[in-house]
Amino acid sequence: MIAKIRAFGAFWYDFIIGDDWRVAVAVGVALAITYGLSRTTAVPVWWIVVVGVAIVLPLSIRRVTRRRS
Amino acid sequence: MSGSALFIAVFLACLVEAVEALTIILAAGTARDWRSAITGLVTALLSLAVVVAVLGPAVSVIPLSGLRLFVGGLLLIFGLQWLRKAILRASGNKALHDESAAYQATLTAAQQASTRRRGIVADWYAFTLAFKGVLLEGLEVVFIALTFGSNQHDIGLAAIAAIAAVLAVTVAGCAVRAPLSRVPENSMKFVVGVMLTAFGMYWGAEGAGAHWPGSDAALLVLIPAVALYALALVAVFRRDNTSTSVAGDPAAPRRESLS
Repeated sequence: MIAKIRAFGAFWYDFIIGDDWRVAVAVGVALAITYGLSRTTAVPVWWIVVVGVAIVLPLSIRRVTRRRS
Repeated sequence: MSGSALFIAVFLACLVEAVEALTIILAAGTARDWRSAITGLVTALLSLAVVVAVLGPAVSVIPLSGLRLFVGGLLLIFGLQWLRKAILRASGNKALHDESAAYQATLTAAQQASTRRRGIVADWYAFTLAFKGVLLEGLEVVFIALTFGSNQHDIGLAAIAAIAAVLAVTVAGCAVRAPLSRVPENSMKFVVGVMLTAFGMYWGAEGAGAHWPGSDAALLVLIPAVALYALALVAVFRRDNTSTSVAGDPAAPRRESLS
């Protein structure tokens, strides 16, 4: 039973999080910062997620290419 | 703009997944038993229908800002997975998806497995192969169609796009009776990755309280910007490969173009 629950969890982890959990963490952090700042300041915050993606995507790809070289 | 983008994203994602599912069903049917493979296909489609029936209404009752934050975040994580793999493939750091090779590999494995009967299913291996293949590929489509459809308040259009793609692949599959290896899957995955990432950023940030300059029109900038950035990353990581090859590494990954 525990093995089945574990396999079920592993499937959803793989389905949503995928190969690199750091990407999911970065997205979560970027959205949390956006949420926090939008509630406390009047400055535009739309760019935070854009910058987060621009940083995390090459880093994630770099990690794979470095592993292979 | 948003309606056509929704249709294109769901249609392409569904087309790619349907092509992969078709390959698995063809291998299960050809190498094993067609009746069991089709039983697996129908069972998987019914399971997906149950998932849609349960998740569809559940998603539609969530308040829009919460939905956009949660679903936009998930879509962004999901889209970045697609885009990351597409960039790795296009830059030669990951083998391009080859439907003929996938078919041969699945066919060989299916031919070597032993036959076992379970209940009304004559060949359990063919059944589970078709069932798992369709369910796994279909879940991605359901996820994309539901997230796009619910955010745009147009689950009907998302469903039409998904059904149109499945019908197109079914008709083509019946006509050629072989894996659809000429479908430009790798390019289509790249486009889907770009769209999921752009829409994920847009909805995620909006759900978190951000206001995009120009509102919906921001997508007209966001989608091409993500595409250009992804293409730039392909060029950068391809150059990395070239320098590795020049350095004399015989195991350097092969370089292939995105087409």
